[in-house]
Formats: sequence, structure tokens, C-alpha cells
Amino acid sequence: MSETLISVEDLSLSFPNHQVLSDLTFAVHRGEFLGVIGENGVGKTTLVRVILNQLKPSAGRIKLKAGLKIGYVPQFRNVDVEYPLSIEDFISLNFTGIKLPWLSRKEKQKIQTVIKQVNLEHISKRPLGLASGGEKQKAYLAQALINDPDLLILDESTASLDPNTKRELLDVVKRLNQTLGLTIIFVSHDMQVIHEYPDHFLWLTKNGYTAGPISELHNDSKEGEYV
Amino acid sequence: MFSFEFMRNAYLAGTLIAIVSGIMGVFVVARNMPFMTHTLSEIGFAGAAFGIFIGWTPLNGMLAFTTVSSILVGELSGAVESRRESVISAISGLFIGLGILFLSLSNKNSSYATNILFGSVIGISHQEVVQMAALSVLVLVVLFFIFRNLKDDSFDAVGAKTNHIHSSLISIIFLVLLAFSVSVAAQIVGSLLIFVLLTLPAASSKYFAHTVIQMMLLAIGFAIFGVWFGLYLGYVTNWPVTFFIASIEAAIYGLALIYNSIANKSR
Repeated sequence: MSETLISVEDLSLSFPNHQVLSDLTFAVHRGEFLGVIGENGVGKTTLVRVILNQLKPSAGRIKLKAGLKIGYVPQFRNVDVEYPLSIEDFISLNFTGIKLPWLSRKEKQKIQTVIKQVNLEHISKRPLGLASGGEKQKAYLAQALINDPDLLILDESTASLDPNTKRELLDVVKRLNQTLGLTIIFVSHDMQVIHEYPDHFLWLTKNGYTAGPISELHNDSKEGEYV
Repeated sequence: MFSFEFMRNAYLAGTLIAIVSGIMGVFVVARNMPFMTHTLSEIGFAGAAFGIFIGWTPLNGMLAFTTVSSILVGELSGAVESRRESVISAISGLFIGLGILFLSLSNKNSSYATNILFGSVIGISHQEVVQMAALSVLVLVVLFFIFRNLKDDSFDAVGAKTNHIHSSLISIIFLVLLAFSVSVAAQIVGSLLIFVLLTLPAASSKYFAHTVIQMMLLAIGFAIFGVWFGLYLGYVTNWPVTFFIASIEAAIYGLALIYNSIANKSR
């Protein structure tokens, strides 16, 4: 079995008025493409925030591999369409570590590399504000790649995209997973794409959860009404 | 015109302020803080009045008040986003009231109040120019060092937060720089018209620029144009310089909006 990046044991989290996650146990291994699925409100984003250390669990444990670098593509982004930022400029934001006031040669190279990885070469100089929904998601994805993450978390990145654009984005993600061995956590409420892309799933419901290799997702449709 | 020392001082100070305001303005606009900036300048008004009251220069009083309150207001408004505007209104009102109180206690005539509220560029002494220059250089140097982190946080706050860029520290440093810039700019356009230099040039420039650096250069250009031309017109007509600077910057902003709507239609 490959290296464990995240291990979660009996994790529960409750907000003042309701329990969101209860007794969750699962692990994410290097190279895995995990699809986290569930209806709105079952705690998908909450789980992501626990992984990002923005929320503390009420009970149970979560352990990340020491020094794990996470690239995160949040569900909501607040980018003003009138900002004079090109797609390339946007991707160059948020390098971590010590930064010179200008981009170093290494940083510039990295930016070009991730632009190629997400197939945005042809429009990288265009304003981000004028980019289509799919192009914006690719730019967000590219920005999450600049700090060489071990793990990439995408929170509902395909939610607002039409079927073709959705596939285009997920093809890019799948390629990153397969060629670079990048570990992926893909959060979605879209059952169709969860069947198609990830190799593992974690299905959160109001009453509990199921998890396993994607081949077991078909057989486990006790909550079939959701599909 | 330049044979008069007061005009030379006015041009020198005005140019420095235009440079600082143009750059700071880009971040004020990106961080959506024009109202906060305006509040700082009203707090500055109280500070200037307080300075006069206890025998400091208005600029020093202003610096003291704006710097302290920039940190306090920043903490306050960061916590409760939804209440931000109301909280700022309350603070703003309180400080204007205090300003009036200090002015009345200091027994100075009302022209002092007019100078603080509407600017008094012609009355700037050489020593004040030196102090303003020092403050401007300080702001620019700090900006240079935090430029990338400030840019990340201002143009993509969500991304900066998830990458653990020290957003709250950056915000506080920015607010203190803003306090300095407001205090310095208020010497020219007055604390009531701080928008004129710290918001309008940058807000206009975003419609023409394609990169952040271009936006800064254009904002500096617009600010300098307004200040230079405003000073000249003030000198020629004897009307208030502030009136001319405000009109020029507002006109540039209006033209930028028209340009943008035409550009959008033809796209």
C-alpha cells in the first residue's frame, strides 16, 4: 500500500445547532483520486476545511503526513471582473515562501509550466475577468499548482460548468493525477462524474457515510433515491 | 510661478503625494476600502484639531490619530464584515465631532478648520515638505518590500488565505501605510476630499490598464496631472486648488467610465 497522506479516525464535527460529520474514518493515499460526494449540507466543505486546518474536529483525529503541501481550489472566489489581471497574472499570485517584489526566473518558469498543464497557453494574456467559467476554473486550478502540492483539493470546481467543459477540466485533473502522481480530493454533488473520474469515493449522507474503491459505488445504492 | 518658494514647495509636496496616492489607491480600490480611507481622513481631521489644541503641528496630530485608529478600525471591521459600514459610520461621526470640539477648545479661528478640511497647499512650509517627503519615502519603501504579499492578498484574498499568506499582518501594515498616506494627502486636498487622490485616480486607471503595474503607473499619472494642473489653475485664478484637483480627477473618472461602457459595447 502506498504512503498515507491523510488519515482520519472517528472524526466528528458539530456546529452549535447540528452535527455535520460523525464518526468518520477513512484514509487518503498518495496517488489516489478520491471523489467526495454528498448532497448540499452534509459537510463536504466542512470536511475540506478540517483537512485545511481551518476548523477543529469536535471529536476524533485527523493526521496529515508531515510537511504535506496542499493545493486548494475553493468553491467561491471573489475576483472583480474589472481588475486588470490577466490569467497569467492571476496564476502568479500566492506563491508561498520568501518573495522578491518581482517574479524570479524560477517563478516565471513555474507559471509557464502550470499554464501548459491546464491547457491555457493560448489565452494566458487575456484578462481573467473576461474568461469563461471553464477557463476561470482552469486558472484557479493552475494557481493551486504553483507551490508544487502533494495533494490537490477541488471543492465543487465543476458545479457551474456545462457537461463538455466539466469533462475538459476533469480530464486535466485526471492527467495530473496519472502523469505526475498528484493526489486528488474532488468534492462534488454530481454522481455522474464521480463514477467516471475518481478511483475511490467517500459518500457522505445525513445519516453516515460509505467509502471504498469506485467499483463498489454502484452496488452501494441504499441511498438510491439520491442518484 | 516657480519664482515663489511657496509654489515650489506646493509642487514638490503635491508631486510626492500624487505618487504615493496613485500606488496606495490601487490597493485601496482592490481591497474595496474607499469608505475606510475616507473615515481615516475624518479621524485625521480630529487629530489635526487635537494637534492644534495641544500645540503640535496639524500633520503630527493627524499622524498620531490615524495610525492608532487604523489598527483599531482594521481589527474591528475585519471581525464583522456585515457591520463594517455601520461601524465605520459611527466612528467617523464620533471623530468629526471630536475634531469640532478640539477646534473650539483651541480658540483658533475658523480658517484653521477650513485649511484642515479642504487643504491648504499654498501654505506648506519647507520643513513640512521635508517631513511629507520623508513619510512618502517610508511608505514607498515598505510597499516595495511587502509588494508581492500585498498584491496577493488584495487581488485574491481567498487564495492568499488558503496559502497561509499572513493576511491579517499584511492588512495591518497596509492600514498603517494608509494612515500615513491619508495624513500626507490631506495636506494638499484636505481631509474631506481624500477620495480625490487616494481613490479616483486608481479607480479610473483600472479601466485602461492591463496589469497591476500599468494600473499603478496610470494612477500616478492621473494624480500628478490633477495636482500639477490644479495648482497651476489655482495660481492663475486664485480659486481654491482643491476645487480644481477634485474637478479634474472626477472628470478623468467620468471619462474612464464612458470609455469603459463604449469598449464593452464594441466587444
